[in-house]
Amino acid sequence: MRETAVTATEQVQSWLENFTEFEKTAPGAKLAWLKRLREDAFARFCEAGFPTTKDEDWRFTNVAPIARTVFRPARAAKLTADQGTVFQPQGKTAATLVFVNGRYAPELSEASGVPKGVTATSLRARIETHPETLEKHLGRYADKQRDAFVALNTAFLADGAYLHVPRGIVVDAPIYLLYLATEEAAATVTHPRNLIVADDESQVSVIEDYVSIGGESVAFSNAVTELIAGESTVAQHYLIEREHLKAFNVSTLRIQQGRSANVASHSLLLGGGLVRNNVHPVLAGEGGECLINGLYLGTGRQHLDNFMHVEHASPHCGSRQFYNGILDGNAHGVFHGRIVVHKVAQKTDAKQTNRNLLLSDDAQIDTKPQLEIYADDVKCTHGATIGQIEENALFYLQSRGISEAEARKLLLLAFAEECVERMHSVVAREHIEGLIRQHLLFVENAPQASLGRVSERAMEEVG
Amino acid sequence: MSLLEIRNLHVTVNGQEILKGIDLTVNAGEVHSIMGPNGSGKSTLAQVLARRDAYNVTEGSITFDGKDLLGMKPETAACEGVFLAFQYPVEIPGIGNTYFLRSALNAIRKYRGLDEMDAMDFLPMFREKLALLEMDDKLMNRSLNEGFSGGEKKRNEILQMAVLEPKLAILDETDSGLDIDALRIVAGGVNSLRSPERAMLVVTHYQRLLNYIVPDFVHVLVDGRIVRSGGKELALELEEKGYGWTEKDAPQAVGARA
Repeated sequence: MRETAVTATEQVQSWLENFTEFEKTAPGAKLAWLKRLREDAFARFCEAGFPTTKDEDWRFTNVAPIARTVFRPARAAKLTADQGTVFQPQGKTAATLVFVNGRYAPELSEASGVPKGVTATSLRARIETHPETLEKHLGRYADKQRDAFVALNTAFLADGAYLHVPRGIVVDAPIYLLYLATEEAAATVTHPRNLIVADDESQVSVIEDYVSIGGESVAFSNAVTELIAGESTVAQHYLIEREHLKAFNVSTLRIQQGRSANVASHSLLLGGGLVRNNVHPVLAGEGGECLINGLYLGTGRQHLDNFMHVEHASPHCGSRQFYNGILDGNAHGVFHGRIVVHKVAQKTDAKQTNRNLLLSDDAQIDTKPQLEIYADDVKCTHGATIGQIEENALFYLQSRGISEAEARKLLLLAFAEECVERMHSVVAREHIEGLIRQHLLFVENAPQASLGRVSERAMEEVG
Repeated sequence: MSLLEIRNLHVTVNGQEILKGIDLTVNAGEVHSIMGPNGSGKSTLAQVLARRDAYNVTEGSITFDGKDLLGMKPETAACEGVFLAFQYPVEIPGIGNTYFLRSALNAIRKYRGLDEMDAMDFLPMFREKLALLEMDDKLMNRSLNEGFSGGEKKRNEILQMAVLEPKLAILDETDSGLDIDALRIVAGGVNSLRSPERAMLVVTHYQRLLNYIVPDFVHVLVDGRIVRSGGKELALELEEKGYGWTEKDAPQAVGARA
């Protein structure tokens, strides 16, 4: 196999064909501002190309497998109601929006339960009916200059979720967004684009769940979500990646926080072969709080990259990053946490913690804290640990009659539970807990050898 | 047939010989105390009995209830009825106390061919045992030993023993770090579990615990060998004369009631 199957020019050429075709039928093709947004973004993508490992932000993640693949836009597909519901949380949701191969599927969706005044619809519908409400926010926050994947998504933006919560409205149950990718003959790409606008003093939680159905065919989800949280707004965002192992998933969550807004980003990476999860909050108003909480469970040859870029742009804001990883087989995990404290952001309190369990000799984690501090009165701490299942704890459980396999599973669940406990929405938490338990079943069934050796080596400080 | 028979047990840890030929026989219903100075191998013996695999048995045999204990994994030994109350109970965040204990009990019941106990059957029994150890049931909603005081951890060990009802209970320095009130409670819990079917091996550095848990036999372990065995009065003699006395006076290993 040639490593460089597609040259840089050929790479752009195939995307150019896609883009030319896309522009003819794109929603809002006649809107000047939207056309410009897409064309500027595409020009930026052509200029920059996909990043390489020479780029500091991509040092640990090689996206050449994405760059050298020729993708076609995923085709529309019809699913039965059952296929849409089987993945959904057990608990009550305020609305469920289902997207099949990047397109909104109204027949599988249900949005009538949202409180009065709240909008939960597809971005495509919104572009077609009320484009004037979008111009102010759409594409204004996600960084298409610096990030080629955001540029590409913006160039192809057509559908996704549009959520608007007016001032003072509390949406109790979470809004559930399901992205289904079906099996196709050729490699396909979707660019889900979500815009969540939560006005001042409102409250909302949103779950994004990425799932593949059918056999494994190469599929690339390149998603961008812009979440705008107004003053004193409380917002929670959950991302679940559980696509099959031939899937590429690059998702970017860009959060814009107003004064005293309290926002949480939770992520669970279980599936996907090559996954990059970008979380980029900007604490733009005083007194904001941001929690970024993530869990990644990798096995086989999975590559799971968590990239955080937390920007403190106002005084008296707090941010917390907690990431736990469990890596088995030849899996490769990345935690890259950048905290930037702007000159004005005095009294910033930022903390990041990354804990990892490596279950096999061939599993790998790269963890990199990166602090850029331009203010002088701030508190920033970071720490990272890499360890194995603690032999003491394992023996303690076994000495009470619990089998070694069960004891290992309990210890892994306990480690994962640290992240799950930080999730406030009961519906989201139970959904995620169920997925983790299901995922960890392999521990019980796997032969001893693949569970990794046990060592008394203590947790080791690396950060 | 004796419940536990240890014959000529030699154990090395990281290439160093810690136990140098232990012989010990324990019958059901008996309480034996193993006393000895620090580093004599007491805890090693306790851990080997619970089947920790960091210890390398180079010679000898252990028979438990007629079966080869050395061939068992820790969980099998536990299911057969061996229980070790740890000197340093492990804190495990994220695993609830009650959930853990019910899982352990059900693993053992399943091994013995009994039905699993559901929460409805488990709770009344559990409450009774909690009362026995004078433990606050709020502790049980917390993670396993997490944030427990030293005394709470030791009481939790005895609570687990009370729930799991082993045939052989090994108490590894259960008295260390306990104040007198906690010691009384722990000893009370242990004494209530004494029965004709159950044997206990009480490992301790000090004689103090033996005022509360009165042993039938006392063995003195020095430098990996049992140097003296006797009745409960041996503990008092030791208290008076110190461990130096045994080493001077008894240069040869003395087998315990072989």
